[in-house]
Amino acid sequence: MTTVVEMPMEPQSVDEDVPIELHQSDTGADRAFRIVLVVSSAIVLAILVAVVVFLAVDGWPALRASGIKFFTGATWAPDLGRFGMLPLLVGSIAIAIVALVIALPISLATALMINEYLPPRLRPILTGIIDLLATVPSIVYGFWGLALISGLQAPWAKWLVDNFSFVPFFRTPQPGTYVNSIFACGLVCAVTIIPIITSVSRDVMSQAPRDVCEAAMGLGGTRWGMVTDVIMPFSRNGILSAALLGLGRGLGETMIVVLMLSTSNKLTLAIMGPQGLGSIAKQITQDFPTATTIDKSGLVLLGLILFVSTLVVNAIARMVVNRVGRTA
Amino acid sequence: MSRLTPLTKAPVAEGSPAGGGAPGPTIDPATDRPNRRKRVTTDHLVESIGSALASLAIVWLVFTVSGVSAPFGLAVAWCGVFFAVYAVVCWRAHGVLLMKDRLGTVAIWLGGLIAMVPLAGVIGYVIVKGASVALADFPHFFTSDMSQLTASAPTTAVGAGAAIVGTIEQVGIAAVLSVPLGILTATYLADSRSLFSKIVGYVVDAMTGAPAIIAGLFIYLFWVAPRQHSGKSGLAAGMALAVMMLPVVTRAAQEVVQIVPGSLREAALALGAPQWRVLLRIVLPTARAGLMTAVILGVARIAGETAPVLFNAGGNETYNWNPFSGQQDNLPFRIYQLIFQPGVNVIKDAWGVSFVLVLLILILFVMARLVGSSRPGRRLIPRFSRSQPE
Repeated sequence: MTTVVEMPMEPQSVDEDVPIELHQSDTGADRAFRIVLVVSSAIVLAILVAVVVFLAVDGWPALRASGIKFFTGATWAPDLGRFGMLPLLVGSIAIAIVALVIALPISLATALMINEYLPPRLRPILTGIIDLLATVPSIVYGFWGLALISGLQAPWAKWLVDNFSFVPFFRTPQPGTYVNSIFACGLVCAVTIIPIITSVSRDVMSQAPRDVCEAAMGLGGTRWGMVTDVIMPFSRNGILSAALLGLGRGLGETMIVVLMLSTSNKLTLAIMGPQGLGSIAKQITQDFPTATTIDKSGLVLLGLILFVSTLVVNAIARMVVNRVGRTA
Repeated sequence: MSRLTPLTKAPVAEGSPAGGGAPGPTIDPATDRPNRRKRVTTDHLVESIGSALASLAIVWLVFTVSGVSAPFGLAVAWCGVFFAVYAVVCWRAHGVLLMKDRLGTVAIWLGGLIAMVPLAGVIGYVIVKGASVALADFPHFFTSDMSQLTASAPTTAVGAGAAIVGTIEQVGIAAVLSVPLGILTATYLADSRSLFSKIVGYVVDAMTGAPAIIAGLFIYLFWVAPRQHSGKSGLAAGMALAVMMLPVVTRAAQEVVQIVPGSLREAALALGAPQWRVLLRIVLPTARAGLMTAVILGVARIAGETAPVLFNAGGNETYNWNPFSGQQDNLPFRIYQLIFQPGVNVIKDAWGVSFVLVLLILILFVMARLVGSSRPGRRLIPRFSRSQPE
């Protein structure tokens, strides 16, 4: 046989198993895209830095003029050259604390109600209502507080002052009047911080291990027992951080305080009436448009202090909430 | 005595109940039914309603005898006395454990209901006070401006039109500035694990809780003050609002982007798509509904902010359609101005403007909800095409 068996032409390296080099597609477009991402993040960072720098630079003259007295002085009288921020800072903190004391139990009850007690069909509706509570503008809350709540709470404030004035808080700086007080402001501010506390604590509570909850119920425990013995211990840190976030929000609350509070920037413990403690946000809002140069500088410095204190409170809150996953 | 008598103890023959003294575990098919736990039993209802009525009677009696007339105080006292009465009733009937459960349940429902009261209160109050002003002579209040405002001007002479225009334009500027930046930052935060991204994440969190007045102060120092009188404009107000909106959008976008299934992205990347295409063609379309909800909610939040625009918008009693030059009005700003202005009807005008603002925000909120309930990847607005035949 002389037939030559012709071998078919071998296709070029189809069967050869040559590994392809894998590398991130580093085309020009992709590199540009990554740069865009980093730049946009850098802009966000730059805004925060710029806020701090601008406030610090413009606040410096007031700090140089008054020195350490700025932090320890109890008189805020820029026209006399006296900057003492104590009554303002203490007032801001007092409003935030009153708001927190009122809002915390209500928010926790709401969070538990939505998570554990409501039929699942109703949950989105209630969540929506709480979201809506956060969306109503604070100037509307302030206007409502000024027109309605300040008057409604006055008899209660009077009752507290009449019967419990041995507690230094339950007194009024201006005897006989109980409206437009730190307490009234805190009452309305509580409404604005209920949504944040509720939503953060709901998130944390829903992370409580479901199997342990069901085991508690399965062993014959009551639902309240499940709440106090499983959910609460698990979400203790989260609730603390929710409360801190609420406190930070209350510290920075502006329009409610501007509209409702009547103050003479006096350093006092009495919070049930007008003409007592002041508020940083109120002072800035009211005086800034008509202020002179050095006065403006003092107000800017106040703003910086308010900003830094809310940043610190929020940072602590975030640190606490980030520990939740690890402890439980 | 006990129904839990062990089986071994009394193997009593059926039909002789008085057999061995102790009743055996006789299984009577007529009475042996599974014990289903009812949510609310008749006992439960009787106890709670009875306690409520009893405590109301007590409080009513005390208030009437002492001659005090305070409906709100009566409600609070009723709650307090109800707790005490109900506690005693449950304790006597069921013991301490169930008492705690019942009281806890009541407390939680009560707290939840209290949280609803202010919302209904504030919206109801604004409608009662403002609707008659804003809706009288219907479109007039929405279209005319404040130029006719004097100390004795009737409410029908003025309107919120200029403020509506200003609010919409400033919020639009804020959205244009903050939404792209927020989404890009969120994409970076969702993908990167570097130290830089951690710092940026902290900064975003920190800015979320920053006081509104700080944003206003910053833009005033940064933009308005160097330009003296020409600095105050819709643009400056929009920038201040953007500072407020940026962290909200970034956070929300980050959450939405993280929900997009990793397999989708990986599939696209494995097919050789460059990253920017993955973002534009895969991630953003999938997350569209969530992103839209976040943006609209963010817009609704900042539309009501007063403090950021206070030093920057300037206010204007007449129409100014150009946000880039000249002072502009704004709804919350106008409310603030009216509250402090003397005049017979000015407070009524302020309620009218508040009504317009709340209406605007409610519309935005409902829009956000509707968009959010559509499924990811679907069209936001369903196409009006004929339904496919089966």
